[in-house]
Amino acid sequence: MTDPSEKKSCFRLTRRRLILGGSLIGGALVVGYIATNPMQVAGAILQGGGDDPEPSAFGPFIRITDDGWVTIVNKQQELGQGIHAGLAAIVAEELDADWDRVRVVDSRSNFRAYGPQMTGASNGIASNWDLMRNAGAAARAMFVEAAALRWSVPIGAITVRDGIVSQPGSNRAVTFVELLADASRLQPQQSPVLKRPADYRLIGTDKVRRKDSLSKSTGAQVYTQDIQRPDMLVAMVAHSPRFGGTLARFDASDARKVKGVVDVFAIETGVAVVAETTFAAWKGRDALRIEWDDSEAETRSTHELVRYYHDIAAGRSDVEPAEFDSKGDDPEVPFDGDVADFAFDFPYLAHAPMETLDCVAQVNGWDVSITSGAHLATVDQVYAAFAARTIPGKVDIEVVPAGGSFGRRGVLSSDYLVECVRIAKRTDGRPVKLMWSREDEIASGYFRPMSHHRVWVQLSPDGFPTRWRIHSVCQSLLPVGPNSLATEGITHSPYFSTASTVDGKIFTPTFPVVVGLWRSVGHSYTALVMEHIVDQLARRAGLDPAAYRRVFYEKAGDKRRLAVLDELCLRAGWGGPIEPGWARGLAIHEAFGTIVGQVAEVRLVDDRPIVHRVVAVVDCGIAVAHDQIAAQMEGSIGFGLSAALYGAITLKDGIVQETNFDRYLVVRMNEMPVVETHVIASTGRPTGMGEPGVAPIAPAVANAILALTGQPTSRLPFLDRNARSNTDVSVQS
Amino acid sequence: MSYAISVNGQVHHVEDDGQTPLLWVLRDTLKLTGTKYGCGAAQCGACTVHVDGQPMRSCTLSLEVASSARIITIEAIEGADVRAIQDAWVAHDVPQCGFCQSGQVMSAIALLRATEKPTDRDIDLAMSGNLCRCATYNRVRAAIHDAASKLGSPT
Ligand code: FES
Ligand code: FES
Repeated sequence: MTDPSEKKSCFRLTRRRLILGGSLIGGALVVGYIATNPMQVAGAILQGGGDDPEPSAFGPFIRITDDGWVTIVNKQQELGQGIHAGLAAIVAEELDADWDRVRVVDSRSNFRAYGPQMTGASNGIASNWDLMRNAGAAARAMFVEAAALRWSVPIGAITVRDGIVSQPGSNRAVTFVELLADASRLQPQQSPVLKRPADYRLIGTDKVRRKDSLSKSTGAQVYTQDIQRPDMLVAMVAHSPRFGGTLARFDASDARKVKGVVDVFAIETGVAVVAETTFAAWKGRDALRIEWDDSEAETRSTHELVRYYHDIAAGRSDVEPAEFDSKGDDPEVPFDGDVADFAFDFPYLAHAPMETLDCVAQVNGWDVSITSGAHLATVDQVYAAFAARTIPGKVDIEVVPAGGSFGRRGVLSSDYLVECVRIAKRTDGRPVKLMWSREDEIASGYFRPMSHHRVWVQLSPDGFPTRWRIHSVCQSLLPVGPNSLATEGITHSPYFSTASTVDGKIFTPTFPVVVGLWRSVGHSYTALVMEHIVDQLARRAGLDPAAYRRVFYEKAGDKRRLAVLDELCLRAGWGGPIEPGWARGLAIHEAFGTIVGQVAEVRLVDDRPIVHRVVAVVDCGIAVAHDQIAAQMEGSIGFGLSAALYGAITLKDGIVQETNFDRYLVVRMNEMPVVETHVIASTGRPTGMGEPGVAPIAPAVANAILALTGQPTSRLPFLDRNARSNTDVSVQS
Repeated sequence: MSYAISVNGQVHHVEDDGQTPLLWVLRDTLKLTGTKYGCGAAQCGACTVHVDGQPMRSCTLSLEVASSARIITIEAIEGADVRAIQDAWVAHDVPQCGFCQSGQVMSAIALLRATEKPTDRDIDLAMSGNLCRCATYNRVRAAIHDAASKLGSPT
């Protein structure tokens, strides 16, 4: 152990108001940032009193220890998207570390050190790009300077490769470990020289691989569901079957008789059953007799809500529209001449991550400790503190990998986490694991909202839009502010480039069904609206859909989309021969700064689309981890295809009808298309990859069906369990 | 009631309701948490274990029935084929969130034990009961082929 007096820190201000610091702590060189912006000073106050897991005042990004390992602290939540590998590669690249001796650990929730920890909008790589590069380069510069001083040579004479610092042309070479003490006495450079992309040795190569594959293949990876604590209880909660329903009264006498049940009590969200084991809690919950008060609850069925949405779009309701996009002097003037019109309906969707929602919490007086796969750790900390009536600084969140999320663990109310804290407040300090069943999760809301879209396009004689009118109906995706996420992907569409007038309006009804963010958010349906319309307009104009798109992109000066389109046509053999009975469908959509193009090869068997192969092209800026980009593309296509083929949450008298994977179907092994991913070479800043691949698959399949049958798609899913019985749901224009 | 149950080569005496699903006995009583809960309804395969060598869903198998069989879980399954499968899983970076993967691996091992050189159709049949919300299916398929060919080739 090192004497604490050796601990030495040096900080200096930078323009970003983050100070890079380096210090020797317990024999390890730690390089990272401390924040000084007002928001994070506020964070430090929130954090006041909380245990800092690191023995230093700042948020370490890199720790180089005397055993030769470089540890990178991941402040983003690992949800399966492989973010840990990308972030580690960025640091290792600038540091010139030995990739095989680089490991990644997850940070605990620490607002002061890391600022808001929020994983979403595919921001993982994008938001950390500069910070991680600078930290890596600054650490490297410290080693270079230390070696130059030791050997009395100029800095320029030193090189670093794979964790070895050397002076070429001499036999001088040392490891990072040998320079740790020297380097830690130096001031880290605030703006170190960064590598040019052409000089990258790790980023963009096949060396950047996940570091968690083995533990996830042997059952060793621990998720929230697997947490065991001495004396731990397991809780399940009976929730109102209707959104907005509240507890009227309950009888727990039979539940209490179940062996292993410890306590039963009402909480804000229902009736909690606390037991020694999961199955005892389950049986206890089954034995409850509950009466719900539905006076404020949503009691309509899906077909009634669809009709309501159609009425809203037609102006037959008191829901007032707001403008989301507008172009031209008088967007509201009636259309004339050649007008094409379209209508679309999309259902609610549940997230159904493989691990249902769960959380472990322990409340001891003021102190709350939580273990969960939280991905808005900062938000969760604040809500948990409210629930426990303590201050956020007293809430410690240990973040463990989540068994998927797709947005469900990132809701802006921290619902399941708060529920767990409320229960843990009543167990006399015993830790509680809250378990949700699959049925609980699927019915719990925070759905991808249902939506309805009416679109009119006035066309020039050569078949290009001169005017667009788009009226969308969708609940708000955010608790406050304008409903802008609902129309992302339509707003400022490149397909508006030939038009002089755009009239975009959003109607935002409010009612108790809870909606939220679902992988790719608004893009999950706006991609189909725009891309399927464009294909239909191309056919109307007698033009090839790829050639038709090219006109808009050129007019908009959108070079990135043009490059994706060209590469996609080339790779997919667009316009080339295809076996009889098969057709290709193309879609290109931008989400979160990433442009994805997909061509799906589809045939119909008994009206059922079979997707055999998808060729995907992506521009996500500098490709940090090629194989993970491909993995995310595959996963996104499987996820998007599940929704496109089957996904629908339906309500009957306000009650969710889907309960488990037998009614909420997802794509299985035998239905998964072959996926071929091509990455556009780019020197642009990296953009996200966790979500954008989801959006284009539904329109690519719809466009292939259009090519096969001439039949447009006006609703999803393609295979709607209820479509045939509820003919009254069909769109009336 | 007390049941003697053979798990991973060891007999455990479990005091519980005979209708308790094996999954919860494994996870809560024996603390073998590599076997996951994903649906509780034999829909997802996350809870797959080997019961007398056959892959089965432990969420719908009662303690009473399971107590007459030999149970092997992801924690203790062994053999050259197990190593080949797990090596292939790493080589292909199969897992994303990883939550389904214990079940995928257990089903894949059972497949290779029954069929040395599975075809794509064999894989579809054996693996379609294992859902993966991260849709790692193509890599699961490639890794199974890879492991089969490594096992088949003389070393
Ligand atoms: S948990 Fe057993 S099959 Fe899903
Ligand atoms: S890897 Fe996430 S569910 Fe399969």
